[in-house]
Amino acid sequence: MTLSILHRISGVAMSVGLLVMAIWLVHAAAGPEDYQYFRIAMSTLFGRMLLIGWSFAFFLHLGNGIRHLVWDTGRGFEKTQANASAWFVLLFAVILTAAFWMLRL
Amino acid sequence: MNEGTRHFIHQRVTAVLLALLGGWFVVSLLQIEGMTYLDVTRFIARPVNAALMSLLSLALSYHSHLGVQVVIEDYVHAQGLNRVSLIASKLAHIAVAIAALYAIWQIGSDV
Repeated sequence: MTLSILHRISGVAMSVGLLVMAIWLVHAAAGPEDYQYFRIAMSTLFGRMLLIGWSFAFFLHLGNGIRHLVWDTGRGFEKTQANASAWFVLLFAVILTAAFWMLRL
Repeated sequence: MNEGTRHFIHQRVTAVLLALLGGWFVVSLLQIEGMTYLDVTRFIARPVNAALMSLLSLALSYHSHLGVQVVIEDYVHAQGLNRVSLIASKLAHIAVAIAALYAIWQIGSDV
């Protein structure tokens, strides 16, 4: 239940992330100076928080997306199964987000 | 094909594509972190990476367009605003996809 609204929220958040990804590419194409501006903006506290948020949104949306694809095959619908997979997706997202940022540092 | 069926299939196909391309992008970000400007552009300019990045930009723009469309249909009830939002979202997604592809192409021809 909660995951279904989180799926939408993380999806919309990543739509904004898509825009920032395009802005990143345009700055990389524009040259070293413009790229540096983008880098500085993203290394501020606000920028970091956005990036962490998007990474969590990605792993959550990925995990829950796979859950949806499994449902499409007609499996995993039972209440106990759906509950277990919901917790699994949440744990998956938290662990992979943590792993991603630990590998970056 | 029924509009709802088409939406459903396109959303699923791009979802599977994005699970793979998104995974590739996240791993790439780990490599890109700490790179100099020149190394980043060289990385993007490599033919395989440029192709994957272009594919990611396209699939992501389309999947995002489909998702935002559903959200607008579900939450924006005023008929006029609903229509305007749907068109605005579509145009914005097309613009973002073109900007990303153009930038990747530029990076590829610069390096």
